[in-house]
Amino acid sequence: MMKLPRYVLYDILRSKIIIAYTLFLFIVSLSMFQMEEDSSKAMLSLMNIILIVLPLVSLIFTTIHYYNSYEFIELMLSQPLSRKRILLSEFAGVALSLLSSFMIGVGIPVLLYSASETGFALLFTGASLTLVFTSIAFLASVISRDKAKGIGFALLLWFYFTLIYDGLVLLILFSFSDYPLEKFTLLLSALNPVDLGRIFIMLKMDVSALMGYTGALYKDFFGSGAGLLYTIGIMTLWIIIPLWIAVRKFNKKDL
Amino acid sequence: MKFIAIIIILAFSVSSFGNTITVGKDKSITSISKGVALAKNGDTVKVYPGFYREGRITVTKQITLIGINFPVIDGQKKFENLVVSGSNIKIMGFHFIDSKHSSSEDYSAINIIDATNIIIENNKITNAHFGIHIANSTFCTVKGNDIVGQAVSEQSAGNGIHIWKSSHAFITNNHIQGHRDGIYFEFVTDSEIRNNKSENNIRYGLHFMFSHNNYYAYNTFRKNGAGVAVMYTHHVRMEHNIFEQNWGTASYAILLKDITDSWIINNQFISNTIGIFMEGCNRIDVKKNIFSKNGWAMKVQANCVDNVITNNNFKSNTFDISTNGTMVSSSFEYNYWDKYEGYDLNKDGIGDITYHPVSMYSMIIEQNPNALILLRSFMVTLLDKAEKALPTLTPENLVDRKPKMKPFQL
Amino acid sequence: MIRIENINKRFKKLKALDNISASFEKGQVISLIGPNGSGKTTLIKSILGMVKPDSGKIYFNNEHINGGFSYRKDIGYMPQIGRYPDNMKVGQLFSMLKNIRNEPDENLDNELIREFNLCTIFEKPMRTLSGGTRQKVSAAIAFLFNPSVLILDEPTAGLDPLSSEILKEKIIREKGKGKLILITSHILSDLDELTTHVMYIQEGKIQFLKNIETLREDTGEIKLGKAIARIMKGEDPTGNFISEFLK
Repeated sequence: MMKLPRYVLYDILRSKIIIAYTLFLFIVSLSMFQMEEDSSKAMLSLMNIILIVLPLVSLIFTTIHYYNSYEFIELMLSQPLSRKRILLSEFAGVALSLLSSFMIGVGIPVLLYSASETGFALLFTGASLTLVFTSIAFLASVISRDKAKGIGFALLLWFYFTLIYDGLVLLILFSFSDYPLEKFTLLLSALNPVDLGRIFIMLKMDVSALMGYTGALYKDFFGSGAGLLYTIGIMTLWIIIPLWIAVRKFNKKDL
Repeated sequence: MKFIAIIIILAFSVSSFGNTITVGKDKSITSISKGVALAKNGDTVKVYPGFYREGRITVTKQITLIGINFPVIDGQKKFENLVVSGSNIKIMGFHFIDSKHSSSEDYSAINIIDATNIIIENNKITNAHFGIHIANSTFCTVKGNDIVGQAVSEQSAGNGIHIWKSSHAFITNNHIQGHRDGIYFEFVTDSEIRNNKSENNIRYGLHFMFSHNNYYAYNTFRKNGAGVAVMYTHHVRMEHNIFEQNWGTASYAILLKDITDSWIINNQFISNTIGIFMEGCNRIDVKKNIFSKNGWAMKVQANCVDNVITNNNFKSNTFDISTNGTMVSSSFEYNYWDKYEGYDLNKDGIGDITYHPVSMYSMIIEQNPNALILLRSFMVTLLDKAEKALPTLTPENLVDRKPKMKPFQL
Repeated sequence: MIRIENINKRFKKLKALDNISASFEKGQVISLIGPNGSGKTTLIKSILGMVKPDSGKIYFNNEHINGGFSYRKDIGYMPQIGRYPDNMKVGQLFSMLKNIRNEPDENLDNELIREFNLCTIFEKPMRTLSGGTRQKVSAAIAFLFNPSVLILDEPTAGLDPLSSEILKEKIIREKGKGKLILITSHILSDLDELTTHVMYIQEGKIQFLKNIETLREDTGEIKLGKAIARIMKGEDPTGNFISEFLK
């Protein structure tokens, strides 16, 4: 069963982009810890990388890989292999390589310099977001027919999840500031994996601020065991659902 | 020389201590009350270990009451354990348990009233309503006591050390937990609170009202429901204290309300929801403090005037300063801000460009607390950067024109 | 062996396959002929499951393929333009396929690898290969697993005459083994010696599916090329020429 993903992985490693990405993450993380004597400040910068760069790279890399391996997919399709298996193998290969890049590039420096609760929250969020955006990118690629469209779509999605969505949330918060929106914002956060990951890290990093105001609500909710399960659950859904739709679309697609 | 000194000390001690009366379950005197009744001024009453259930014990003579190995004085939840009134009384080495509780009266384990020169030392007080209650007294020393309450709600609980309308109190080396307020001062002047640890109290670790010319130093206030409150007071010195993990919706390491001419120096504020909250404060020096990992290091309301915030370290706080208005007339200078991104071309240790400690996002949160959910999002980062480049919303005079490049070292 | 029933496929406005029905049997070599864009490749891809028809059914060995995949182990497919992972070496390509298919070595048909002398380029990455060499690789892959059906899309395009001859001989040998072979080609002369049946498609419709002998008789031409050319020249927009052959 792991034969196909192995070839995908092999192909990705041959392209060397993934190695460059790993090195980039490693050097950036390391230099952040080196530059700031206070590791919490380095963690803050790392968090920004995880929330902004990671989704972007995952999306773009996956999309480009998908279109570059179109030939491979075609070749496999003429073999007695199910489409589902082919696509899932592609996903496994890409996800695995991006994930190991992240774990080596960011994981090692974090474990070396700051193996704290915040550190583990960072790694959990980074790993989840890598998988989520790989999955989303597969959906975007399967839907759009040509490479340019696919990459454009992926960029749009990135823009939406990292920026536009939060803008809309702020707009809603201000438009309905007279209403009790605490629970509602909780729900809103779940609808965006980037926000969910951010809140998860914040609970470790900014626990003091979160205990003030309505923040206590988030702390009570996300800080509890149920909150952790909830976060893992929603992240898993964010990985599975786009991938599942992608497989369905791929099954019906003409190649 | 040594010899002479010993002679003097011996002579002094003999004359002041007088006789010793022993109380114990297997002694001729079995109750403390009786021992106290038999004692004359200057006598010492020694109490051997045991369980003493005598209702309310009253001490008015100038005696020393010493417990050996913590004899227990049980209030049976029906009585105040000990009432002290008069002068030159010393109570030490007892374990007071289960004093009378009430939601309307201030019952306490040790009640000191209309007294002077009292020393309460090395006692344990458990499950009292009020631990030590001092009223209308002068020169009382409370030292090395361990006061543990089991307070559940603010209404039903009493304070650990409660002092009212007194002066020259000296509260030192005590440990207080589980009460409403750890230490409570009202109309108390010229007193000192030093080296105490007040934690896990329902409301404030230390609560000060109308208490002028006091000094508190080297205390630790941890995990209190609302931190420390100092109100309607002038000339307070707060030095070398540690305030940490005071978390909550309305929790402040220090709440300063209508405080004037006071000093906050060399304190550490770590992991509090709000480090210092200032309202109606004038002429306070906030100097050489460390603010680290707080939600908000300081909230300075617009009605504060002429405060000087200088030489502090601000590190890893979610927000450094926040305010509710646009006019701020306190000065910020020579502080170290870890969020400062300026440069120092002439290498004098002072950043060449002004630092704006109030972020745009903190202003947004003042207006809409729910927006806290967007903290550290890309959008908020962009907003803050834009605001830094072109300040429009944040108060333009709340700035540090001389930000330090390096934190000061303790 | 392969039966197609009322297949329709539309790409946006273009009707690629219009109600196509046909049946192919063992031992036949079917030449799929038609102008560019007539739907030949779409038909082949439908049989391979790469294109999903809008309606209609395709049976392989009397089994409805219905989105399944295992039937493809009996099909060798040589695409019109063979595209392969750029970074993969030729040798790796073969070993990967063998690995995935997991067939014992004795079942493999290595004749073309040998005859095209592909072993000499096993260490070359796919991206460095010329179009013709790629075609050789594609052909070798199509025959590798000894499938009972071969689908060859423009097999000789881009091949040098020698290689083209090798491939033709291979096809004839396989035909002799009673395999079903589907070929599309524009080089009609290549098909002369191979074909048993001709299927002519135009604008997504089957114009005819005939035995080559019948076709020769009908047109009076020996050469397939000329026969088809006559049809194409003589055709009316309404396709009257059919009557000429079907009478």
